[in-house]
Amino acid sequence: MSLQVENLTVYYQTLRGNVQALENTTFNIADGEIMGLAGESGCGKTTLGQSLIYLNPPMKYMGGRVTLNDHELPIADTKKMDDFRFKEISVIPQYAMNAMNPTCKIGKMTAELLESKKVSFKEVKAELDRRLDLVRMSRDVLNMYPIELSGGMKQRMVMVLSTLLNPSLLIADEMTSALDVSSQKAVSEMLVEFRNRGFVKSLMVITHDISILYQIADTIMIMYAGQPAEKASTDEIIHAPHHPYTKMLISALPRVGIIQSKKRLTSIPGTPPLLLDPPSGCRFRERCPLAIDKCKEVPPFIEIDKGHHVACWRQRNFTNLSL
Amino acid sequence: MLKLDHITKIYRVGTFGGKELHAVSDVSLEIKAGEVVSLIGESGSGKSTIGKIILRLISQTKGEIFLDETNVSGLNGPGLKEYYRKVQGVFQDPFSSYNPIFKADRIFSIIHDEFYPDVEVQEWNDKVFNAMKAVGLNPEHVLNKFPHQLSGGQLQRFLIARALLLDIKFLVADEIISMLDASTRIDILNLLADLKSRHGLSILFITHDLSLANYISERAVILYRGCIAEMGVIEKIFNNPRHPYTQMLIASVPRLDQRWDQQVNVESRSVPTGYTEGCVYYDRCPLAFEKCKTRPIPLEIEQNHFVACWKVSEIHA
Repeated sequence: MSLQVENLTVYYQTLRGNVQALENTTFNIADGEIMGLAGESGCGKTTLGQSLIYLNPPMKYMGGRVTLNDHELPIADTKKMDDFRFKEISVIPQYAMNAMNPTCKIGKMTAELLESKKVSFKEVKAELDRRLDLVRMSRDVLNMYPIELSGGMKQRMVMVLSTLLNPSLLIADEMTSALDVSSQKAVSEMLVEFRNRGFVKSLMVITHDISILYQIADTIMIMYAGQPAEKASTDEIIHAPHHPYTKMLISALPRVGIIQSKKRLTSIPGTPPLLLDPPSGCRFRERCPLAIDKCKEVPPFIEIDKGHHVACWRQRNFTNLSL
Repeated sequence: MLKLDHITKIYRVGTFGGKELHAVSDVSLEIKAGEVVSLIGESGSGKSTIGKIILRLISQTKGEIFLDETNVSGLNGPGLKEYYRKVQGVFQDPFSSYNPIFKADRIFSIIHDEFYPDVEVQEWNDKVFNAMKAVGLNPEHVLNKFPHQLSGGQLQRFLIARALLLDIKFLVADEIISMLDASTRIDILNLLADLKSRHGLSILFITHDLSLANYISERAVILYRGCIAEMGVIEKIFNNPRHPYTQMLIASVPRLDQRWDQQVNVESRSVPTGYTEGCVYYDRCPLAFEKCKTRPIPLEIEQNHFVACWKVSEIHA
């Protein structure tokens, strides 16, 4: 098991109280697994990614355990996490376009970055060149300023930088959202290539675009209002989802073959709950067409098939229960 | 209904405006009443520029726009105000379309003061109520609130309701759902489709997302670096793309029913930005040949399907 997260709870501290952005989240990512993390905005997917690498205020650690390769990560202690960041666990941040220092050349910035981790730039240079070739960028980019690169090139550069020390886990947050479809495809495929070549062991790809995940992810976890709703292999999530939220979310996606005049898609009525004071029990209860009295209790996130976890009282293993 | 006639827009760029950027080159297209046309292109293809030219937010360098025989380009003063009664726009970011200091429904009272000063307050409020209902909002829940108290989907619907109050004939929808979640997106799309069928509204739907364009529109225009690459009925473009750029674009769309081909086609060079006499896709095109150094002329290869590519023209001839 590469990454294990148990009962992770992270709140945001605000003047009006704690926003319960991440509540009792438990999941695993296996070695070599690309896990997609999807959900509506505000569902806690970025908070989850962020808390694994840099849990800074106003985020507040409330409980739970994170282990990476059998070492517990001190995620609540930002100083101690320094030993793991970039080497063991790395990130491609949201808006990676602006992640590079605009005032210095990319090569110099890379050298400084490595130096801060006590790694010599000269030793890594050969590998860096090989990887630039792999993502089809000229080696001259090291002598260029970030402004000289196009959006897709910057994204690829950040990807090479983030994975330079072969981290065990890479968190890619909305890395393709700002790109055009053709660069989107190229960058996504390179991400898979990096995994295949072992530059990164496991990947967590955070996005709201489920169709991208269908192309590259092995498994998908759908989050709703700060909790995982369902995690399963990509094909099961897309073609045979169990959680009513997943079902409605997938069926609301326009597809290339569907034309409005022929088939009208429907959205999910209602809005996600405010997490300042979330409803008790299942947080999807109020929007759920299948909700019953039992849903006033929090549904457990249990494994119903091999590798298929669902948090819903109405899925088939419970339907025989007298509710 | 709305007709663009050889529209060209050249921006002056560089330190002293010494360089030229051809954002839109010689674009002609016509949108009929009650028709939804998608304008599809990557960033920098000039799609938003065309939207802004139609809304008269920027002026074109060459070419004319006609709305039902009226030449729009020369309008000003009262004439322009009449034009805005018929043509309105909604933009990508609903949050920055509002003044955060005032309540969101101030946009309605501005319309009242500017365009309908003679309408009684009571009658106007009824109109606002009906417009809110038409866009699927419950007026009691959303009126009298500040922009930060409303969601992106609600704000975007406010803007569409505002356009409806003016009884418009033509809507420029510039990436209006790219900032919304999948679950609210489809609501806005369905709303646009309803407005089209119920009110006979024409819509220019500007987007980079081909699956959204496919869902809502009858015709599509594929734009690349300011030039129309391919244009026609949506089924023909999606089922039978002929321009190499359209083919690449459609092959790159992430789909839920089929995985990408293994073939990686990466843009390895950055796209040149300077002006070219030839085909704008020349630098990236796998089929480019000598003739492509001159600008291709759009050819109607089948009914309602135009392609601007010398290779296609050659095969077709």
